[in-house]
Amino acid sequence: MDTALDPAAPTEAARRPWIRRFVSKMPWTTRFCASWLIVIVGAAVFADLIPGLADPNYQGFLFGDGVTNEGPSLTHFLGTDNNSRDILARIVYGARVSLIVALAAVFMGVVFGGFFGSMVGFVRGRTDSTVMAVVDVILAFPGLVLLLTVVTLLGRRDLVVIATVIGFLSIPPYTRVARANALSISRREFVTAARAIGTRKRTILFREVIPNVLPTLLAYAMVNAAVIILLEGALAFLGLSVEPPTSSWGTMVNASRVDLQINVWPAIWPSLALVFTVYSLNNVGDWLRRLRSVRSAAL
Amino acid sequence: MGSFIATRLVRLVATLLAVSFLTFLLVNLLPGDAINALIPIEAQQDQEYVAQVRAEWGLDDPMLVRYGKWLGDAVRGDLGDSIVTSRAVSSEIAHRIPVTGELMIVTVIFSVLLAVPLGVMSAYREGSRLDQFISGGAQFALSVPGFVAGLLFIYVFAMKLGWFPATGWTRISNSISGNLMTVTLPALSLSVIEVAVYTRVVRSDLVTTLKEDYILSARSKGLKDGFILFRHALRPSSLTLITVVGLNIGLLLGGTVVVEFLFALPGLGKRLLDAIFQRDFMMVQGITVFVAMVYVVVNTLVDLVYLVVDPRIRKAD
Amino acid sequence: MVDQAANSPLLKVDDLRTTFTIPAGDVKAVRGVSFSLDRGRTLGIVGESGSGKTVLARSVMRLNLGTNVTTTGTAVFEGTDVLTRSPAEMRQLWGTEMAMVFQDPMTSLNPLVRVQRQVTEHLCRHLNLNRSEARQAAVDLLREVRIPDPETRLRSFPHELSGGMRQRVCIAVALACAPSLLFADEPTTALDVTVQHQILNLLSREQADREMAMVLVTHDLGVVAGRTDDTMVMYAGTVVEHAPTASLFADMRHPYSEALMRSIPRTSLPSHTRLAAITGRPPDLIDPPTGCDFSPRCPYVQDQCVNEEPPLVETDDPTHRLACWTPVGSPEARVAFEKNLAAGLQQAVAVDLSAAPSSTGGVDG
Repeated sequence: MDTALDPAAPTEAARRPWIRRFVSKMPWTTRFCASWLIVIVGAAVFADLIPGLADPNYQGFLFGDGVTNEGPSLTHFLGTDNNSRDILARIVYGARVSLIVALAAVFMGVVFGGFFGSMVGFVRGRTDSTVMAVVDVILAFPGLVLLLTVVTLLGRRDLVVIATVIGFLSIPPYTRVARANALSISRREFVTAARAIGTRKRTILFREVIPNVLPTLLAYAMVNAAVIILLEGALAFLGLSVEPPTSSWGTMVNASRVDLQINVWPAIWPSLALVFTVYSLNNVGDWLRRLRSVRSAAL
Repeated sequence: MGSFIATRLVRLVATLLAVSFLTFLLVNLLPGDAINALIPIEAQQDQEYVAQVRAEWGLDDPMLVRYGKWLGDAVRGDLGDSIVTSRAVSSEIAHRIPVTGELMIVTVIFSVLLAVPLGVMSAYREGSRLDQFISGGAQFALSVPGFVAGLLFIYVFAMKLGWFPATGWTRISNSISGNLMTVTLPALSLSVIEVAVYTRVVRSDLVTTLKEDYILSARSKGLKDGFILFRHALRPSSLTLITVVGLNIGLLLGGTVVVEFLFALPGLGKRLLDAIFQRDFMMVQGITVFVAMVYVVVNTLVDLVYLVVDPRIRKAD
Repeated sequence: MVDQAANSPLLKVDDLRTTFTIPAGDVKAVRGVSFSLDRGRTLGIVGESGSGKTVLARSVMRLNLGTNVTTTGTAVFEGTDVLTRSPAEMRQLWGTEMAMVFQDPMTSLNPLVRVQRQVTEHLCRHLNLNRSEARQAAVDLLREVRIPDPETRLRSFPHELSGGMRQRVCIAVALACAPSLLFADEPTTALDVTVQHQILNLLSREQADREMAMVLVTHDLGVVAGRTDDTMVMYAGTVVEHAPTASLFADMRHPYSEALMRSIPRTSLPSHTRLAAITGRPPDLIDPPTGCDFSPRCPYVQDQCVNEEPPLVETDDPTHRLACWTPVGSPEARVAFEKNLAAGLQQAVAVDLSAAPSSTGGVDG
């Protein structure tokens, strides 16, 4: 039926580079969101190299060359906050915190959660019930409350600690997703076939089960990254994420809310950055998921 | 059916035990000895005094013994005393439940009332302009955290329009209208994400249900679309919605912490934050365990609701 | 008026075409089907999955859902074209005039609604019965479809009934408002073999008792044999052969009908006889082949088949319609088959192989 799948007849579309084919299927909103994600990641990674970007912690008014709560100007594109720091620079550097935390969560979730989940979903038995009991207990805590408690009790709050804690707490949900997928994959014929010809369990796990769990997990990771960024934002808003003066979007919103009457923009810019980044992740994630479900339905 | 309830209750107790133990472990194992919270570092030169306080709080006992004691008290409703205020943790919690409870109930009711019609319209007209608008809006709303929505509402409705107070809480026992004024903005802020989540769930579930054969078969009987939608299609979807509301209580509890902080409401979340800043570990432990218990109990209740609504489970005993 | 309606056919379908628009293109599921059905008569529609038989039935009933479906042509039912009716007018027809029994009784009953409500809800709407009247009607209906202890069964949920029982309930639902036309869409495919006969017999008996017209959709030629007045064989959205059932079985002309017939497993053949599957795949309905749709799989294919589409025309017997250039048994077919066999054409070789054991007395492996 589908000529695109027929290797004998490569269509016009199939000869184009895969990335262009991929992008050409995106609706315009998704293209916009993907572009925004590329811009924000690029800005965060290369923040130190961006020409003309101010020092995010330079408080001009202390040295007589800046005003607090200033509106947009040529020197400060988005104005300054109530400590006369450049808002654009703080948003760019704040993106680092969000992205590092999200990356840590996705990395630990996919690697550890993905492995544990695939393994217990494949081998079942007592290992399964033990691991899932632990997972269930951790998931029995409301996420933010557990995060708050752990972060507070740790005492130190630098980026490494925050990223590690959030990353660690991401393992259980990924484990659950991976296990559910591994369970159904383990019942499929190709796994049964591999078992039947006497393939070692470990080989089946790494060759058959995990590669098939991974795509679902990565689609989940997209949406999960959005949740994590929101979580870090909330933590920062409560003043419990990375210690100042390191900028984080949530911290910026919290710091500027006292001056809401005077100037609302220092609160609006970081909020917009946060909302658009999360929206872009959700949008692209949803699109990827739709694409996958359409593809699996077509097969 | 009886054995189903029994299994769920056994699991509930097991989870509650595990949750309490994990909380206890967290609070007691992590760096930062509780003694630092009890006595200022400078005062710890006095070894004798330190030893006396340690004994008084039972800090020298093996951990399992301490957990046993704490659990024994907890079962009787005694979660210990606050290190800072010396008041009983349980009475502080009881005092603050009405605020957080009301906030959550109002949020859930409002969100469900808004999300069900939106989701139904969206699913019924799948692929239409209306559907695209609602789905797109829900996707966007899903990306607006409570503190951003709250700040926006404060700026517009409290500061610019002056319709509602920006912060504070009036107890329902003092003034019903005053209470409504203070609960509106916080509940709205929490609702933004909740409405989005529920709408998406109702929509996607209903879209699947509407493709079922029994919907086609109901149509072929000549029943009206509205009747089919509400009597045949929405019932299975309502099961999913109940589950999602239950699972989302966790998200909502986290949300109340932020919103209570933003609106300065005297709720459980605000108390937890205060305790965290004061390093009041008894309070942190008490509130964390309580909140986790509420979450677990609510989800068990959701399972039991299934029993009432879905005859297939009622039968599968 | 009444006389005129009685003389004209109950249902007259003319050049019906149904197309589904999907991202990959337009799927032409039904491509110009015409037939007519008189009151109280039965028609079997036979074809493999994807031949458009279910879509045809649903198109006539206007039950194809979604915004991506377009149906053209006419389907005149009791004097008016159903394709031009409004949804509200269709709702008046559904249940009371035309009803459908679906393929899978496991999924066509709402799992969360008791049998009683599913049987009676449209009775109440169409016939304005009150609760107790509706209940009595439901009991009578269940008794009629041979469900033991109907009072208890009414209080059951669908999952508490066996597959055969559920299909009986579905039939009761369809018969409730005494429709004049019943579509049975593969009513036995999802059932155990032992139950299939009972359900088919039930349908035949109800059809005869009520003098109701029935369209029986199936992929199994054995199901229509002896049960329907006429049989229509469909392939790739078109009718390839249409004849009174008896004469179709006596004189099967289309190579596809013959292939369907050959692929029915037979207990009379020696065991381990190779089952004659039809080689190849059904054609792409987005971009159908030129010429005869069956030509890529036909053992009697010749040049004309590939280039020219055969029209559906009457044969020497005016009740027997056929769309084929090389009808089975004709001299052209014999010549074409010999040529194809000599050329080693896959489908011809397959037919030759499966024919061999039965003709030589089964000396196969």
